[in-house]
Amino acid sequence: MVHDRERNVEDLHLSNLTKMFGDVAAVDDLTLTIPAGSFFALLGASGCGKTTTLRMVAGLEDPTSGRISIGESDITSLRAFQRPVNTVFQSYALFPHLDIFENVAFGLRRRGIKNVEPAVNAMLELVELAPMARRKPTQLSGGQQQRVAVARALINEPDVLLLDEPLGALDLKLRRQMQIELKRIQTEVGTTFVHVTHDQEEAMTMADTIAVMNAGRIEQLGDPASIYELPKTVFVANFLGQSNLFAGTRIASDSNMIEVLANGIKFLVPVQRNSATGDEIIVGIRPEKMTVLDIPDREKIPTGNNILEGTVVDVSYAGVSTQYLITVPWGQNITVFEQNVIVGDRSSVGDRVLVHWAPEHTFGLAGGETLLATTVQAMAAGA
Amino acid sequence: MRWIRRNLLGVVAVAVLVYLFIPIAVVAVLSFNKPEGKYNTSWNTFSLDGWKNICGVPGVCDSFMISIRIGLVSTLIATILGTMIAFALVRYRFRGRSSTNLLIFLPMTTPEVVMGASLLALFLNLRFPLGEITIVIAHIMFTISFVVVTVKARLQGMDPRLEEAARDLYAGPRAAFRYVTLPLVAPGIAGAALLGFSLSFDDFIISFFNAGTVVTFPIYIWGAAQRGIPVQVNALATLVFVIALLIVLISQFVGSRRRKALENDISKNPVNIDALLPKS
Repeated sequence: MVHDRERNVEDLHLSNLTKMFGDVAAVDDLTLTIPAGSFFALLGASGCGKTTTLRMVAGLEDPTSGRISIGESDITSLRAFQRPVNTVFQSYALFPHLDIFENVAFGLRRRGIKNVEPAVNAMLELVELAPMARRKPTQLSGGQQQRVAVARALINEPDVLLLDEPLGALDLKLRRQMQIELKRIQTEVGTTFVHVTHDQEEAMTMADTIAVMNAGRIEQLGDPASIYELPKTVFVANFLGQSNLFAGTRIASDSNMIEVLANGIKFLVPVQRNSATGDEIIVGIRPEKMTVLDIPDREKIPTGNNILEGTVVDVSYAGVSTQYLITVPWGQNITVFEQNVIVGDRSSVGDRVLVHWAPEHTFGLAGGETLLATTVQAMAAGA
Repeated sequence: MRWIRRNLLGVVAVAVLVYLFIPIAVVAVLSFNKPEGKYNTSWNTFSLDGWKNICGVPGVCDSFMISIRIGLVSTLIATILGTMIAFALVRYRFRGRSSTNLLIFLPMTTPEVVMGASLLALFLNLRFPLGEITIVIAHIMFTISFVVVTVKARLQGMDPRLEEAARDLYAGPRAAFRYVTLPLVAPGIAGAALLGFSLSFDDFIISFFNAGTVVTFPIYIWGAAQRGIPVQVNALATLVFVIALLIVLISQFVGSRRRKALENDISKNPVNIDALLPKS
């Protein structure tokens, strides 16, 4: 069983999964298929139900209703120790009374496997901790403990490996290294990884597929680039990266473009990039898609681009980019990122400027009146 | 003056230590005495009589063994019951949990005289013959609280995720308890047992009420004090102290050897920074 690398890995299915804590639905009728062998991220703010979902898959929490299955086999009623699923716990939960070797060997020994040494050594080799085999967990650095936790779970060759905020306790630099490391391990072993995180950058760096969760439900699912480039809800637009959003009304449309009037200004939104069904449309644009120009340079703007005029109220230089905060005529502050590729003058506080962008980057979202509420909620969650 | 000001802390510390150990030193020194007359209270001449013939006085060693036996039995039972109560209180939510938490403290705060007397009244009312069994019952009763408090503290300090990790790694409820929970709580249980034994071994008041004709070591000493305490009692007391001291020293020694072995291991295999970086 231990060295059976050829076995078929199967998809993980969650069907109508619900978990109630009292009257509150932590997970609300969740249906999801996680493809075999993928690196899947459940992304959301704390309290969105992502960890509860993970614990239900692990068998540490009983669902109120719904099914969990791997391939054809229903594991909903199996106890945690009967499931072909292992977990890398938040802050690792290494057994402090056992050394690294015995921590890693724990799962094999409990399943009654006699000769654990070759498998454990191979696994310690994989996570590059072979010289530490006889140390206790407290004598290891955070990054090393993290690898032990991964090794301890992976050695059992689970159908699904669950990672609960695995990098949360590490500092930024180590976190970057471990992101690459985890990705390497996942590619090497080919197991399905389900990764729970609140860190959108971490999710985007590592995962093939991201599910953005909010209030017990999945808001949007897809690969990192497509979710980022084309968010479908206001929550996603604000939680995954930043967005500038303007609530408006459809005034005209053809087969390609929709013309939206928001705060007295006309914006073009491509039909394929609009997810609103009615005439109330929120126009959205990512800060790095926009360009800042001085007022006299108006003729440089390609025809058909969306244009705003405003006053710079804040400039912060962040190395790779400069972040502008610009007040537009109706008082809203918009954010613009500019790559620091230009040598010379940058706009400064108090300047009147033009901001423009190609309509192909614009996206349309539903829900005019809820804009403010969800924006505030997502920003609070993102912070 | 300056010297005192600079070394005041040290002086006070030494003075307190001396104060703590003088009674023990007196007991130990007098165990080598050959008392003149009945009372072993003033130094006469050096003699090894008390040590060479440690059971020489009738009743000394019998009472000592009775106290050891009572201590072991009541510690064993109190530790098992107390550990189970501690688990129930920490792990489960049930009706009456908070009042149990409170009630468990009561025996610790009840004056021993009151507890001893009321237990005696109870046994007499039940017409339960007084003897070793009633002493054991009484000892279990008051040591159990100490066991619960000690084990509970240890359990509360334990990360619940460790047990979840065990369950996640194919350990059923029994295996998780045997391989993770128990080893982690064991130091707490061992501490509770040691505490329970020493409480039982030197209890006089409650034992005295419920002993009937049984003579435990403290009861023997109390009785002997009327007639003059034999040197053998000093020898036995010193022996108990030395054994306790040895246990402490051995555990310290083993601990420091383990630490040294570990430091040795670390210096042989320094943390490899390259191993932390992703493979290129």
